[in-house]
Amino acid sequence: MPDEAPVVELAGVTRSFPGPPVVHAVRGVDLVIRRGDYVAIAGPSGSGKSTLLHLMGLLDRPSAGTYQLDGADTQAMSQRERAAWRGRRIGFVFQAFHLLAHRSVAENVELAMVYAGVARRLRAGRARAALERVGLGHRVAFSPATLSGGERQRVAIARALVAGPSLLLADEPTGNLDSATAASILDLFDDLHRGGLTLAVVTHDEAVSRRAQRRVRTVDGRVEEGA
Amino acid sequence: MTPRDLVDEALGGITARPARLVLTALGTVLGVAALVATLGLAQTAAGQVAGRFDAVAATHVVVEARTSEADTPVTLLPWDAEERVDRLAGVAASGTYARVAESAAVTTVPVVDPSGAARHDLAVVAASPGLIDALRGRVVTGRLFDAGHDQRGDPVALVGEGAAERLDLNRVSAQPTLFVGDTELTVIGIVTGVFHHIDLLDSVIVPNHTAERLFGLTGPEEVQIRTDLGAAQVVGGQAPVALAPNEPETLVARVPPAPGSVQARVEADVNALFLVLGAVALLVGALGIANVTLLSVLERVAEIGLRRALGATRRHIAAQFLVESASVGLLGGLVGTAAGVVLTVVVAAARDWTPVLDLRLAAGAPLLGAAIGLAAGTYPAWRASAVHPIDALRSAG
Repeated sequence: MPDEAPVVELAGVTRSFPGPPVVHAVRGVDLVIRRGDYVAIAGPSGSGKSTLLHLMGLLDRPSAGTYQLDGADTQAMSQRERAAWRGRRIGFVFQAFHLLAHRSVAENVELAMVYAGVARRLRAGRARAALERVGLGHRVAFSPATLSGGERQRVAIARALVAGPSLLLADEPTGNLDSATAASILDLFDDLHRGGLTLAVVTHDEAVSRRAQRRVRTVDGRVEEGA
Repeated sequence: MTPRDLVDEALGGITARPARLVLTALGTVLGVAALVATLGLAQTAAGQVAGRFDAVAATHVVVEARTSEADTPVTLLPWDAEERVDRLAGVAASGTYARVAESAAVTTVPVVDPSGAARHDLAVVAASPGLIDALRGRVVTGRLFDAGHDQRGDPVALVGEGAAERLDLNRVSAQPTLFVGDTELTVIGIVTGVFHHIDLLDSVIVPNHTAERLFGLTGPEEVQIRTDLGAAQVVGGQAPVALAPNEPETLVARVPPAPGSVQARVEADVNALFLVLGAVALLVGALGIANVTLLSVLERVAEIGLRRALGATRRHIAAQFLVESASVGLLGGLVGTAAGVVLTVVVAAARDWTPVLDLRLAAGAPLLGAAIGLAAGTYPAWRASAVHPIDALRSAG
């Protein structure tokens, strides 16, 4: 499908934070992520990769340049429209998992559908399906506190997938995991990629970025293709 | 996000820490309980004042004919007034009253004998059988006349206690005879203890139809009614219609003042101080909710960031914290109302009072709690909605 709009299309995107001193976290970035891509965004800390992820995740607005998500211009969107797009088009996976400790695994996954506007009667079934997809079908009623780190991150991934996003954004997804558990999470990403999901993983870990189909490096707020 | 989702998320938020929920709601519980108990006890106390001291007055209704300008009644009451009034709901007893003679020569012997028994000037009154009971009177000795005496026009009479003393009557077992003028009557009872129409105690009381037959009475002047507690107003409205269906406006019912006005005055006196205390407790409760909700916002910054990342708008976040604080207030209001009602009942029981509580108070107090929670949550909710998702997500990372 060559005519289909890319999932992410950044053109001349700059994000600077007013100082003093003024910090140019991202400078004139052009980046295209097509449907089905698996992109690793690697780089040392302070190189702007997190800011780039926030911009792609509609958590932040560029100071200059344009960002089209699924072919739609995000600059023109109001705060409420951006929130709605975030809920429906983007799935976030964080280093710290960010699970609600007092809710069951299923309720944590269902939370994503509350804001994505999925009807209540559909939520339990979809949450179970998403948990089975990440290999946690047997943990539905558990409390997150009883799960291992790898299992928690799988719950977070199920939560990110459940609303059917166009793009999965992962911010150091293996940063809090040991290497064996990290490898299993990366295997899961491979599975999801083979299933057609578009992934962008921000990491400073070479082992993680090597697993991606395409690698982008950030240096001083600019991006370079290739490793 | 549907309203039900909002409520679910808010309840999930506050029930995550049950101990904190209890402490947060405590101020509202105390405030609402103080208000409900104060108002409830004031109402109960006011009810007791009316119940204990005003029962006689509060249940006494008199219906009489409206008088013309010449001070003569424009109409007469029907002979069967007592039966008509007794049929009304809320009437405990009733009876008619009519003055037959202001002063009549009464003796206990038939012959006018200057050296014999003295003549006494006594009033003569015609009554229906229920009058003594309606006036809370009782029989000292003998018996009351009944409907049979009345219908037949039997020459029987009751004598008031005072009149009996003057006539030197103290026993009626021998059926003493009494002469009113030349008319011979048999005394069947001596009565006392009437709360109204104390003149009856110095009168000779004969049945209506006896008075009609022997003294030419044309009809009763007034109906004395004893009602159930609280029924006086209603009976006062209905009795004229029952007595004169075609022209009830020719009759006038005298009823005691509505109890509400008396109670309101008593309540106002008792309440002022405790209402102030309750209001202070509520203010403290509101500050407690505001404080804890604000603390909760600061603690849950990461959760707020996550919700924003999952698609929540600033409005969703603000609404959730508002509903959370309103729920805490509602909960505090419910528990406080229950505590206030229990306190009212316990105090009333300890003093042998009948607890009186306005249902609107019981229904409104929890809503007051909710409103206080809502107001207290406004600032924390605004703070929560202003949390920037990037900072929030990073802070816990």
